[in-house]
Amino acid sequence: MSNTVDNDKRRFLTTAATVVVGGAGTVAAAVPFVSSMLPSAKAKAAGAPVEVDISKLEFGQQMIVEWRKKPVWILRRSKEAIQELVSLDDSLLDPSSDNTNQQPDYCQNPSRSIKDEFLVLIGVCTHLGCSPTYVPKVEAESRNLGDEWKGGFFCPCHGSKFDLAGRVYKGVPAPKNLAIPPYHFMGDNRILIGEDIQGAA
Amino acid sequence: MFASLMGWVDARFPATKLWKEHLSEYYAPKNFNFWYFFGSLALLVLVLQIVTGIFLTIHYKPDTELAFASVEYIMRDVEWGWLIRYLHSTGASAFFVVIYLHMFRGLIYGSYKQPRELVWIFGMLLYVALMAEAFMGYLLPWGQMSYWGAQVIISLFGAVPFIGEQLSLWIRGDYVVADATLNRFFAFHVIAVPLAILGLVAAHIIALHEVGSNNPDGVEIKKHKDSNGIPLDGIPFHPYYTVKDIVGVTVFLFIFSLILFYMPEFGGWFLEHANFIPADPFKTPEHIAPVWYFTPFYAILRAVPSIAGSAFPGVVAMGLSIVFLFLLPWLDRSPVKSIRYRGIYFRTALWLFTISFLVLGFLGTQPITALYTLMAQICSIIYFAFFILMPFYTKIDNDKPVPERVTFK
Repeated sequence: MSNTVDNDKRRFLTTAATVVVGGAGTVAAAVPFVSSMLPSAKAKAAGAPVEVDISKLEFGQQMIVEWRKKPVWILRRSKEAIQELVSLDDSLLDPSSDNTNQQPDYCQNPSRSIKDEFLVLIGVCTHLGCSPTYVPKVEAESRNLGDEWKGGFFCPCHGSKFDLAGRVYKGVPAPKNLAIPPYHFMGDNRILIGEDIQGAA
Repeated sequence: MFASLMGWVDARFPATKLWKEHLSEYYAPKNFNFWYFFGSLALLVLVLQIVTGIFLTIHYKPDTELAFASVEYIMRDVEWGWLIRYLHSTGASAFFVVIYLHMFRGLIYGSYKQPRELVWIFGMLLYVALMAEAFMGYLLPWGQMSYWGAQVIISLFGAVPFIGEQLSLWIRGDYVVADATLNRFFAFHVIAVPLAILGLVAAHIIALHEVGSNNPDGVEIKKHKDSNGIPLDGIPFHPYYTVKDIVGVTVFLFIFSLILFYMPEFGGWFLEHANFIPADPFKTPEHIAPVWYFTPFYAILRAVPSIAGSAFPGVVAMGLSIVFLFLLPWLDRSPVKSIRYRGIYFRTALWLFTISFLVLGFLGTQPITALYTLMAQICSIIYFAFFILMPFYTKIDNDKPVPERVTFK
């Protein structure tokens, strides 16, 4: 066994040990600071379901309510509008709502609703989070949406278009259909937004 | 008396040494022109923003319930509050005008090239920090544009695959842009980012003074020195350029004052009309556009369509449009710095790039139409082609011979 000290190796080991221990310490110290920027317990708790009275909603009328600080739309659609939905399938990105993240199971149907007449949507564009504008068929002219417009939602920020079931058109920036929150009917004229039929979402 | 006092200080702090190194004995090329005003003007605007910013924080309230009203309070009830606020908001746009011209100077005279790569990198970091600073500052008045601008830009991070949702949640601190977001943007805007900017300004200037300033001829003045080691084509920064810069400051303040006092909103370009309506999380304004200094990048974002159900490609394109600027020193293969001696390829490329940047800037302010989208796509391609093809066209360019010494009439 040799008595000489390998200084290079010592130097390397002290440097490596310092970097590893110091690095681990830095990462550990960063955790509280980084975590402090996540939603607080208070922000997380502010998600109670919202009860909405829809008895005064006319055909073609939209109402907006707040749920978890987001706009939720309730739109009453006419029979005619619902029948027209299927004619748009070819120009839509996800006509049969195959992306299951965008609606509860019970709304994965042609009209994307529990009761055909009432469409419930989270009014936040799936592109970059703007709130699209409801544009009925008769107002297509004012938005340059063309004669083919069957009514739907138009996002002023980047021009995304959605039909009257919140399904996104092809060739627009938004990549997904508008999301549908969990909800259920409490009698004919009341909707509880934020809860499945089975219980809390 | 003064000499002995300075001697006492210098023995303890290198005051005279710093003064000489950075001012009285910093030798800058004697042929600086118009384009060389904007560095010192940027420094002036930085000081203006810091001073006015401090006085605004004295009255501003970073709370979603109070923010909008506190800005109106500053505008109406605080003594001279309107002036301080307009100085700050006009100063923000002036900052970008000055910085864009400063960066363009770097492009035309090759100031990013060896040995000034780090000067350029520090400058680019400053530019990114300035964009973050401006973006977060724009949320503070809590108007409609503040709110929806922040909503859109933070959602960009949400498009990142896998971690996007969590990332944007972390940035916002809530499920939508909310009080938590406003409060943290205030913190970043008034302390975190300004500290970073001050540090980067120091690094930018120290790096510049280490290698020396470039000039409109793009020749290194340090190659020809007199017997005292002073560049033959150099003159001391102080008093020669300090005095010259005062002329620039005068002209700048003249134009700045005209805007400040006669059209502080600048027709909706500096302060957008929709921002005089309090933020409404349920109603996106009919036409939403970022403030003018972000619009070229915003137009690139909109020009790229979603691919495979993801908005990420547009976000990547927007990010790359900044990243490529960082890489400029290594993409440019020409030995010639200044546009004066560059060949036809680089001159043409730079013109096309500049035009496409300006057109993108215009398109970013406009609502989407089929024609505008096509134009934005063409301009985006030119923008990126300028960088991607640069190693090729700069290498085969028919550059002209560069003079040994600076030309100066």
